[in-house]
Amino acid sequence: MKIRVDPDRCQGHARCYALAPELFSVDDYGQSSVVGDGTVPAKLEEKAHLAIANCPESAIEALAG
Amino acid sequence: MARVTAPVGDWSQDFEVLDAGYIEDPYPIWDDLRQSCPVAHTERRGRAWMLTRYADVVEAAHDIERFSSLEIGVVNSEVQPEGYDEADAQYGLPPISADPPLHTWTRRLILPWFSHTRVAGYEELTRDLCRRHIDGFLEAGHADAAIDYAQQIPVRVVAQILGVPETLSDTFTGWVRDMLEFGDDPERNLRGQEGFGTYLMSELERRKTDPGDDLMSELLATSHDGEPLDDRLVLGMAALVMIAGIDTTWSSIGSSLWHLATHPDHVARLVAEPGLMSSAVEEFLRAYSPVTMARLVTTDTEFGGCPMREGDKLLMNFPAANRDPEVFERADEVVLDRAINRHVAFGTGIHRCAGSNLARMELTVALEEWLARIPTFRLAEGAEVTWAGGQVRGPRVLPVAFP
Repeated sequence: MKIRVDPDRCQGHARCYALAPELFSVDDYGQSSVVGDGTVPAKLEEKAHLAIANCPESAIEALAG
Repeated sequence: MARVTAPVGDWSQDFEVLDAGYIEDPYPIWDDLRQSCPVAHTERRGRAWMLTRYADVVEAAHDIERFSSLEIGVVNSEVQPEGYDEADAQYGLPPISADPPLHTWTRRLILPWFSHTRVAGYEELTRDLCRRHIDGFLEAGHADAAIDYAQQIPVRVVAQILGVPETLSDTFTGWVRDMLEFGDDPERNLRGQEGFGTYLMSELERRKTDPGDDLMSELLATSHDGEPLDDRLVLGMAALVMIAGIDTTWSSIGSSLWHLATHPDHVARLVAEPGLMSSAVEEFLRAYSPVTMARLVTTDTEFGGCPMREGDKLLMNFPAANRDPEVFERADEVVLDRAINRHVAFGTGIHRCAGSNLARMELTVALEEWLARIPTFRLAEGAEVTWAGGQVRGPRVLPVAFP
């Protein structure tokens, strides 16, 4: 599983960071981005899905592959 | 609050957000409106519309072309206070009362003050504040959870950010209530605006010669497009931090404690399973969202089949949206371990509450510290809980007893 944050949609709610700090980082302006290239280790997939489902801006997407 | 508004017959055509019954128990009214008339209307204090469905609120919040932030108050004062200066008023409280481009760059100036890293730095201060206030009433076995606790915490954290004395907390709280809770009372409104404005102005002048490690000092040292910031912008931004940082979070802490005081099973569960606190906090934010925001309709348009005119107000009822059963299962129930909770208590779109990290930390810490010392409590016998509403909803009198 691989994920990305759409920087135009992200408004800095930081829900992803709260739910999956291993997968996201948030800068001083609240902008979230994926850690590394967005590849999600198998044991963190559930957290990734939670982050996706809880983003109020629907800014996180799972990429195919 | 013993204000009387004309009785409401039909909420879809004549809504009144300051109606005493609505402030006390808005939930059945929202349920009716969502089903029968999701874009409600009123002619009270000028034409206004109110959205109660999640999808509509989210759409409006993102439609910044049609719906401007130049007017965000949900209640129009019928009379402008004496001395009201239209030109000064244009500066408002950026970024909340601004559209891009002013919104964009002023927001970037304040966001770092509320970043994760900064907020983590305020946590110990917040814990100390909570413990200190609990010390004050623990032995008595009773307290007003709103006045003696919830109301006391956020104002002191904000005072720290602004570098103003904590000893003035009650005065700050009074001014903010005058402005936010009494939008329909020109006298109180003016008292708050003037008191606060005069105070901040003197603090600003002082920092020009004696800067400190605080928000206003930093803004005074900042430039935009090669120019220093206009004093009125600095004042507006500092005022926003205090206004938005006090009433809202205090209301959330109060509502959460009200919920717990009336749901002993939830208290017991949170005490037994402290790991639930983060989802519980999100759930309290959803079920008891304090803030409703307004927008100014910029053009004659249609929304949800309703004809809106330029100059109308549009109320985005975030609290009602967060109880929309189309989006949330068991929407009217507080589910402490709700896993999927895409609530919009902090708004959505470019105006997402800039202080949301701070608010979440304060609410979490206030509940953790309370439950650590007061693991069982209930409404005091004969307690008469009162609520404020309109722009910000939360309990203002909340007598509780323990153990």
